Amino acid sequence: MYSNAYIYRYAGIMVILVAAILSAAATLLKPLQQRNEAVDKMQSILTAAGFEGVDAKNAIEMFNKSVTNMIVIDNEGNIVDDFEGEGKENSSAFKVNLKEELYKKSVSRPFQLPLYVVSKNGEKIYIIPLRGVGLWGPVWGNIALKDDFKTVVGVAFGHKSETPGLGAEIETPIFEDQFPGKTIFDENGNFVSIGVIKGGVVNMPANRQSHLVDAISGGTITSNGVGDMLQNVLESYEPFFKKQG
Amino acid sequence: MSAVKQEKEPLFSAKNRKLLTNPLNIDNPITVQVLGICSALAVTAKIKPSFVMALSVIVVIAFSNVIISLMRNGIPPRIRIIVQLVVIASLVILVDQVLKAFVFDVSKQLSVFVGLIITNCIIMGRLEAFAMSNKPWPSFLDGLGNGFGYGAILLIVGFTRELFGSGTIWGFHVIPESFYDFGYRNNGFMILPPMALIIVGIIIWIQRAKNPQLIEEN
Repeated sequence: MYSNAYIYRYAGIMVILVAAILSAAATLLKPLQQRNEAVDKMQSILTAAGFEGVDAKNAIEMFNKSVTNMIVIDNEGNIVDDFEGEGKENSSAFKVNLKEELYKKSVSRPFQLPLYVVSKNGEKIYIIPLRGVGLWGPVWGNIALKDDFKTVVGVAFGHKSETPGLGAEIETPIFEDQFPGKTIFDENGNFVSIGVIKGGVVNMPANRQSHLVDAISGGTITSNGVGDMLQNVLESYEPFFKKQG
Repeated sequence: MSAVKQEKEPLFSAKNRKLLTNPLNIDNPITVQVLGICSALAVTAKIKPSFVMALSVIVVIAFSNVIISLMRNGIPPRIRIIVQLVVIASLVILVDQVLKAFVFDVSKQLSVFVGLIITNCIIMGRLEAFAMSNKPWPSFLDGLGNGFGYGAILLIVGFTRELFGSGTIWGFHVIPESFYDFGYRNNGFMILPPMALIIVGIIIWIQRAKNPQLIEEN
């Protein structure tokens, strides 16, 4: 039989040992992990803008070549920072913590949001990073708009822990390919975002179809999360769009 | 570890081979022991996540079995469950950290499963039932065997669900377009978790029909 003292000693040593191993691993691997995350973010931005063949190896180079400006705007639509030149992964726009800024928005405090300008085949494309909640955890992504600030060029979504085969389908082409060509403003210039709906876009009135996409069967809560995310983030850019004319 | 020198057992003795092969059939963790059902339902809508999940569980179960087996003589029985969980959880977190640093894509795939691996009752079941009272090598084999047994069922269920639910295998379309023109439709029910339970039920049925020793007396 083991004494209580032995049990306490055993538990104590075990916990300290495990804590040491895990924190050592976390600290040592952090720089590599952060780099991977930055590269992943660039890949997502480039994919949303419609670039093909972006992989982990060429992402940084392509990003620096294609992205012309890294802009930070405030909640009134004013540009507070406009970064050009080399080393874009260190610009303040790239480092904006979207989660924090959107929290500030939700409690009605002033906030700042990033906007990336990409030049592709001589056209300017504006990319807006997105963040919201799905069923099990955060969902995020990037949406690319033409320089009319209205028409969607492309999207790239990601998620932390949505259900494979159901909610996780938001990051597949089946879902994402619905977005190009949709518009976030209606014909009267009112902001409508892009709705993610059940029941089939084809069954909707013709004038609304360009603002709607089909949700994922079995992934209702994730789909709603994507719809809310688009609404919540894009409406924050409305003052900026209006100022740009 | 014992003071009495025992006769050395060959690495793959009949007994050890059984540890590896039994879980594939008559002692399958999912269909016979009915453990780990919840992860089997959650991840099997497609083959690829099923495969990733199976692989991660095989690795974690084999190594946690070995670690617990090495520690088995010092673990105080009253806190053994906690010790087992600490071993499993730290192993999983460690693997996840390493994957995040070196193969980010795989880690993105795995993100959903990390929590599911830790709570998979097959792993703790094997630690408690086998590793706590057996030497490291048999424990390793037992872990591998159970991991494979789990993985095999996962892949069968994943294959069926992806084929009939999405018309694809490993993401590639296998059902020709002409079928759809004739009115063939993917079965939407296949991609929902209840269908996984029904498929597991059918597998259990077939298995019991083939192995009469699995059928209870009453």
